[in-house]
Amino acid sequence: MQAHERVTAAIRAANDEGRTALIPFITAGYPERGRFAETLERVAAAGDVVEIGIPFSDPMADGMTIQRSSFEALRQGVSLAWIFDEIEAAKDAIRAPLVMMSYLNPLLQFGYERLAERAKATGVCAFIVPDLPYEESAEFRSALEAEGLGLVQLVTPASPVERLEMLGQASRGFVYAVTITGITGGDAGLPDDLAGYLDQVSGLSPLPVCAGFGIRAAADVRNVGRHAAGAIVGSALVEVLEKGEDPTAFLESLRSA
Amino acid sequence: MSAIIKPDEADDLLGRELRGELPDERGRFGPFGGRYVPETLVPAFDRLEAGVHEHLHEPSFQAEYRRELREWVGRPTALTHAPRLSERWGADVWLKREDLAHTGAHKINNAIGQALLARRLGARRVIAETGAGQHGVASAAACARVGLPCTVYMGAVDIERQAPNVDRMRRLGAEVVAVTAGDATLRAAIDEALRVWVSDPDGIYYILGSAVGAHPYPYLVRELHRVIGEEAREQMQRQAGGLPDAAFACVGGGSNAIGLFYPMLNDDTELIGVEAGGTGSGLGQNAATLATGTPGVLQGTYTIILQDGDGQVQETHSISAGLDYSGVGPEHALLQSVGRVRYISATDDEALAALEELCEFEGILTALETSHAFSAARDWARENPGKRLLIGNSGRGDKDMPTLTKFPAKVRSHAGA
Repeated sequence: MQAHERVTAAIRAANDEGRTALIPFITAGYPERGRFAETLERVAAAGDVVEIGIPFSDPMADGMTIQRSSFEALRQGVSLAWIFDEIEAAKDAIRAPLVMMSYLNPLLQFGYERLAERAKATGVCAFIVPDLPYEESAEFRSALEAEGLGLVQLVTPASPVERLEMLGQASRGFVYAVTITGITGGDAGLPDDLAGYLDQVSGLSPLPVCAGFGIRAAADVRNVGRHAAGAIVGSALVEVLEKGEDPTAFLESLRSA
Repeated sequence: MSAIIKPDEADDLLGRELRGELPDERGRFGPFGGRYVPETLVPAFDRLEAGVHEHLHEPSFQAEYRRELREWVGRPTALTHAPRLSERWGADVWLKREDLAHTGAHKINNAIGQALLARRLGARRVIAETGAGQHGVASAAACARVGLPCTVYMGAVDIERQAPNVDRMRRLGAEVVAVTAGDATLRAAIDEALRVWVSDPDGIYYILGSAVGAHPYPYLVRELHRVIGEEAREQMQRQAGGLPDAAFACVGGGSNAIGLFYPMLNDDTELIGVEAGGTGSGLGQNAATLATGTPGVLQGTYTIILQDGDGQVQETHSISAGLDYSGVGPEHALLQSVGRVRYISATDDEALAALEELCEFEGILTALETSHAFSAARDWARENPGKRLLIGNSGRGDKDMPTLTKFPAKVRSHAGA
């Protein structure tokens, strides 16, 4: 099984148990750099797949929560090389497949081949790169493919149907369906026409579709779970960690039907 | 995506640039440029690109744009001989007076062009970012002119140091939003404008103010500013008796520089871009991107940026808000790498001294941004005596009074004169 197929399998396994797959997102090294590995282990124990955010100086697709977490993690000296070392040290305690979310420039400076090698060695299975549209991604995808890693494609309510189809076919691991036309961390609720959109995306890809952006509570997970294989919870979890609250209890509360 | 250009590739790329073939269909200037934007904005960029191709060079758009430049902006702007500077510097010095354009800087060429485009594309409202405030003022004025609501995002640091422009924008009907995230200057303002655009990609038109960002902006902004260089060439031949031996322009994102230089690329004129040298050569002390930066992706384009080894974009320092930017337009990255334009820097102190000299000897209060170009031109003139120089006087300095009051003016007495 290739690394990106582990992600797909983990989501399908949750669905087979009658659950919506839960994909928690954390910003690496936030709120405390020294507790990253511990936080990762706890979140991984409660999630089916874990999305690890790489802090970046210019998070242009993110709202206030992820921006704040990103700037603070950078202030504490978090870097991609350090994140890989931490994950490597913790990997025997982590069963959920890991996915990295990063803006392109930190990956570019790290070097694509070195990145793919480190990812494979540390159990990172796939990447989500919010400022890398498919048309610019050939070089990055080929470096990932050489190690069996995947590039998760994002689709949005603004994507025309032919793009949904193209991205649904091109994606690896799962398809990341952005629920709203906007940035992360919104609290305006999920759009009314979400079901039709998620059904459409699901119908256009062989991969499971996971919904993200604006998912904050159990009701949201139930809501998207009727039309998508998984739910991605980012800003709401980062806020829980920021307040020093228990991430396990929060993630379990999202599963309570 | 390698930025290392081999010598034979450099010749080929320079040839393509001189023939007007760049950017290519993928928005690339050689290795630089491209379109690195969130998926939500891809359809909006596709529509913008299609709109640019449909309208920009179409005769009725060009007629409308040229009429606005002539009757509302006040073009052509003057070419002014600077006899006292010429004498002091031992050169023949000419100034392209973009400070005389409506709203006080070259920025209006782009703002009115994009506002007209926004109206043709059916936008409900316009957003813009601003550093020094000149692009914000120009966008506010242009939107008032075409009848579109305008919101300007501006770093909190810049709001403080460019206060007169904030008031002007509001009087011109714009909403001004302070951006406190990140470095609270131009880069943070662009990030925030992109976030807002993501929330309504169908209804919003984003007037980007420099030759930076994702394709087609670097191309669009260049095309709307090339009038600067086209006029200057014609005026130099008519007034100065020939083309300049060297031309100078300040470079932040690089919009006025590309506007001045692009029509001169095929001329036998040395082209020199001047970046902000700030207070020193260390990371964070300046905004001399091309002099000290490395290739990377920032705000939608692959270009030269100021970053650390982990790819984190670094904060910059310049006394001039308009040059205080960690990136630079991708076409400048190309022009440097193929050797057609030389990029150097001037420090805060050198820019201030040049501003004083231009005031005292030619009666022109130029912008702090523009002052960097004057400083470099003076140094060049002293090393190359007897040459004909053209300086892009990109904007006026009235907006800089809050900064300048920190450096008290000379108190003079002329009673005995």
